[in-house]
Parts: sequence; C-alpha cells; structure tokens
Amino acid sequence: MSACKRLLSDMRPWSFGRSRWTSRARDGMVVRGKAFSSSTCPKVCVVGGGPAGFYTAQHLIKARQDVQVDVYERLPVPFGLVRFGVAPDHPEVKNVINTFTQTAKHSRCSFYGNVNVGKDVSVGELLQAYHAVILSYGAEGNRSMGVPGEHLAGVYSAKDFVGWYNGLPSCRELNPDLSCDTAMVLGQGNVALDVARILLSPLDFLKKTDITQPALEALAASRVRRVWIVGRRGPMQVACTIKELREMATLPGTRPEMTPADFEGVRDALKDLPRPRKRLTELMMKTALEPPGEKERERWSGASRVWGFRFFRSPVEVLADSGGKKVAAVRLAVNKLEGSGEAAQAVCTGETEDVPCGLVISSIGYKSLPIDAAVPFDPRRAIVPNSMGRVQQVLGLYCSGWVKTGPTGVIATTMNNSFDTARSLMEDLDSGKLDVSAEKPGSLRIAALLEEKGVNPVVFSDWEKIDRLEVSRGEVCGKPREKLLSVEEMLAVARS
Amino acid sequence: MALVSALKRLAFNNLRAYSRRTAAVSGLTVHRSLTTVQPLRSENKVTVHFINRDGEKISVKASPGDSLLDVVINEDLDFDGFGACEGTLACSTCHLIFDEEVYKKLGPVTDEEMDMLDLAYGLTDTSRLGCQICLTKSLDGVVARVPESVADIRQTKDGSS
Repeated sequence: MSACKRLLSDMRPWSFGRSRWTSRARDGMVVRGKAFSSSTCPKVCVVGGGPAGFYTAQHLIKARQDVQVDVYERLPVPFGLVRFGVAPDHPEVKNVINTFTQTAKHSRCSFYGNVNVGKDVSVGELLQAYHAVILSYGAEGNRSMGVPGEHLAGVYSAKDFVGWYNGLPSCRELNPDLSCDTAMVLGQGNVALDVARILLSPLDFLKKTDITQPALEALAASRVRRVWIVGRRGPMQVACTIKELREMATLPGTRPEMTPADFEGVRDALKDLPRPRKRLTELMMKTALEPPGEKERERWSGASRVWGFRFFRSPVEVLADSGGKKVAAVRLAVNKLEGSGEAAQAVCTGETEDVPCGLVISSIGYKSLPIDAAVPFDPRRAIVPNSMGRVQQVLGLYCSGWVKTGPTGVIATTMNNSFDTARSLMEDLDSGKLDVSAEKPGSLRIAALLEEKGVNPVVFSDWEKIDRLEVSRGEVCGKPREKLLSVEEMLAVARS
Repeated sequence: MALVSALKRLAFNNLRAYSRRTAAVSGLTVHRSLTTVQPLRSENKVTVHFINRDGEKISVKASPGDSLLDVVINEDLDFDGFGACEGTLACSTCHLIFDEEVYKKLGPVTDEEMDMLDLAYGLTDTSRLGCQICLTKSLDGVVARVPESVADIRQTKDGSS
C-alpha cells in the first residue's frame, strides 16, 4: 500500500499541467500495473452516489482485495438523500456520511461527480468500459395524485418541498407560499411527518440545523398554524414510525387535534398487534384521546399551532380560489375500511367533504424514472426488473437501493439491500458467470468520452473543498453547515 | 436533562467516531482471528462473547463502561453494517439478541431505544441495541448474538416477474 502511495506522489510532478482528472486516472492505471502484474482487476461502476451506491461500493471493496469501484453521481456533491432527504433536525441519521467518506477515500474507490449517466455517458458505454455496472440512482420522481387541480399554485410534492428546504439545486426556485393558515399533507409516512414537523417547528430549533437560509427565512415569515396529515385508511395503517410520531406529539408550541371517532375499535385490536405496531398505535391513541397530564396541559394551552391526523380520507379534487389559479380547498372522499391490519383496503362511501387550505403537500411516494433506453424498466412498479439485484436481460448489469426494490425503507433497509446486490455480484465473479479475464479500461475510457463532451467530473477531494466551505459558512451562524444552493456555485468551488 | 444527555451523546459520539476512523484509517479491514483471546491478568476487564451471523463465537475483552457497540468497533469485529448511526439512536443496526436471564440483567429500556429497536429486523423479546448496553463487572461472560439483517428466504419484493 505504501509503495503505491509513494509511486503516486512520484507521478505528480510528471503529470503537472495535464488535465488533472485524466492524469489521476492514468496514475491509477500505472499503480495497478505495478501492483498487479498478471491478473486483471474486476472494475465495477456504480451509478448514483447516495446510500445505495456507497453501501454497495463498500461491500464490494471489502469482499475482494482486487475490485476497483468507480461511483458516478449526477450532482457535484455526493450522498444523495442523506444530504437532500433526511430532515435537517435529524443530524444523527446523517452520521452514515462518515462511513461513505471512508469508502470514497479508499484507494480502490473513486468518486466522479457532475457526470450525468444517460446524457453525458450511456449505460451501454459503461457496460463496455467496466466488468459490471450497478444502477443505484434511486427515485427522483414522485407519484402524482391523479386528481383535477393537482397543478394549481400552492400544491407541491413532498419530494420538492423536502428538496427545497434541504437545498436540492433543482428545487431552489420552489418558493412555496406559506401565507395561508392551514396546510394539508397527503400521506401519513415519515416524509409526511417530516414536512409537518418542519412547517410547525419553533424557529429556534431550525436555526441551528443545516436547513437552507432561504427556507429558514420563509418559515420565519410563515403564517401556517394548522397542519392536517391526511390518510386513506385508519390509525392502524399509518406508515410512519414511532420516533417521528413522538416528535410531533412533543413538538413545543403545538397541540394535537384529532377525531376520536376515527379510533373506534382500535383499543380492542391492540392486544393482537406485534409490538412495534402496538406501541405506535398506543402512542397515537394517547395523543389523540387521553386528557393530557399537568405538564402537557400547560404546554397545549400556550400552543399557537395545531396538527392532527385525518383518517379515512382520499383527495378527489383540488379546488381553486375565485381567481382560479391557486388552491383554496381540497375535496376529500370519505372512506371506510374493508379488512384489517396491513391488508385493509379503503373503500369509497360516496360522501365527500371540502377542507379549506392554502398549501397542499402530496407525500404519497417517490418514484424511480428510467435512465437509459437500453436499461429494462418496469413502468408499473417503477423499478428496474431484477432478481436479487441482477438485471437478468443484461449480463453485467445490477441494481441496488430504491431503483431495485421501490422507494420505501430507511437507510438501514437500503444498506441491507445494497449488501445483497454486492453479494450477488460476488457470487457471479466467483462462479465465473461474470467473466473478468479480459482487461477493461474502466474510468480511462469514460474520462476520454467525457473530455470529448466537455464534461469535467468533480472528484472527491473537490467535494471536500465544497464541504469545508459549507461547514465554515455554517460556523458563522451556528449551523452545522450552510449549503451551497446551485450547481454553478458548487462547480466554481470545486474548480478553485 | 435532554440537553445533558444530548451533550453526553455528542462527546461520546465524537470519541467513538474518532476511534472508529483511526481504527479503519488504513482503508483495509483487519480480519480478526476467531480463536478465543487469552484472558488478561488485569482484573478490570470484562469478557464478551459475540455469536456472528455464521454462528461463530468471537470472544473479546472489554472495559466496564464500554457499550457493546464500542466493543465491536474497538475490536474491529467484522459485522456487516453494524452501528451505522454511530451510537446515536438513529438506526437499528446494532441489534443484538440475548438469553432470557442475561436480558433481565441488562436493565430497563428507554422509550427512545425501544422506538428504534422496533424497526429492527428479526426483533425478539430479548433484543437490545448494542449502543445502549454499557458493560459492568456483573456482565462478565455475556453472550450476544448478532442476528441476520436481511430475510434468509430471498424477499419476493425483488422485482422478478
């Protein structure tokens, strides 16, 4: 290892003045030539620099001492939803960035940001340059409600709203209108609760997080005082988890308001529930139905903000105000449940109700999009069809993360999912199904292709410049970091 | 109270993150031999036995006050994906399973721990999160099983038609 490092540093004066990136790649090639004379090293390409990409890379590098993994990412910055999806007030969840950083800085791993796979380079070109390609590009789209009025002003997808407060460059111009007093969030998963919590959190809390400055200013001026979190089914079918529910229940400056009738029959069903669902439901009932203790009563009486679950309701239309351009209310169909537990179905009763609101955030699921015409894609399930991570129609092509299984699960779910795909690839290497006897050019070939198109990748040390700048800007205002908000700014810092 | 425990956790966290980074800084995982470590003369050590996902028993020495996650990290034990959030009660990957009798000795579980434990795959009545269990002399010889983190039966949700 140290011999290789010395060799690299010897190479640096020689490569001075050349395009920095290609000389680095060339250094790598010479190093490998020195260290591994006869056998070829399997070269693997990962598309997507989020948790799935990094966990897959991590597992591969650990499993075999000769695998080289290159991670390509469309944005100049890595880490995907850990940076752009995890709520700003959940910084511990972002600790996984430390392990991803270790992986990225490993001698057998290279990160190439600012590369748009599907546009700057095709998956076919990657398959030619590498022994294996793993698609880990996640879910950048969202499920639409499919109701009239969905495109009125004031209606946003949770994906965009979350992207906005987390500094995703494509959501920079969202400018959500927070001047109304009632917001409706459709969906009852953790993302819905994150949105509700960020809308109602005391500013003092948010000020110390890595939420973007524009979002902080918008929330400081927000007049939103009531948030309804609406779901098709009942209390026992909510998709959120208990930690997030507890955060809502104890959110300072707020009090819960729910419909006791929605909880009919729930107490009797509790005893048969598995422990996680039971505890979650008990907490919900306690929050919704029980008279608060002394301390809580005091807190609630001073609360200026209200939140609550609204059950058995599905949106059928978003209604416009008199001007016809902006949301003024949502027409909700009233449902009843058929069946019980996870499999219960919401069935329309024919009744509807109109709920006035000025902000609608639809949190009904992210959705993967096809990346390249050459890659099989199942439009119904919005995933790349696979068996244990292997894309069966294309030898050498794999997938991990949400694009493999659909857009649900926490980081640990994605971690296990990625390890599974890595294991499949390892099996294929060991069995010979994946033939690595022929040398592959890997990043050298891709570097040349990108140079022809004038695309300049951002390497990990370039990201570290961005990282350092964000952290030092954050220090000035007591935040963990102040994120750069545009790709242009990120590239300017990366090149400096 | 919350502030104190948050500060404690922050300090703990930084120390742990530091020791973890320095332990792994070579970029290569040290593969630990699976033979039993010879007991040290020192009276201040506690023996911990881990049963890994292959059913192998790995015995190590640790200090009272260390959490079981600390032990895994300090001893560089090779459990895939263990301790993803670095001991901050933001995941369930340090999930460990104990015998009934040992479980009772481990003490009460906070709501915070229970909330994350509820998300663990293969949750049992004697499950705990390793980052929340601090070793004491009375836990000398404790056996902790690292459960499977994914379904053994390959999941049907893999998109195969």
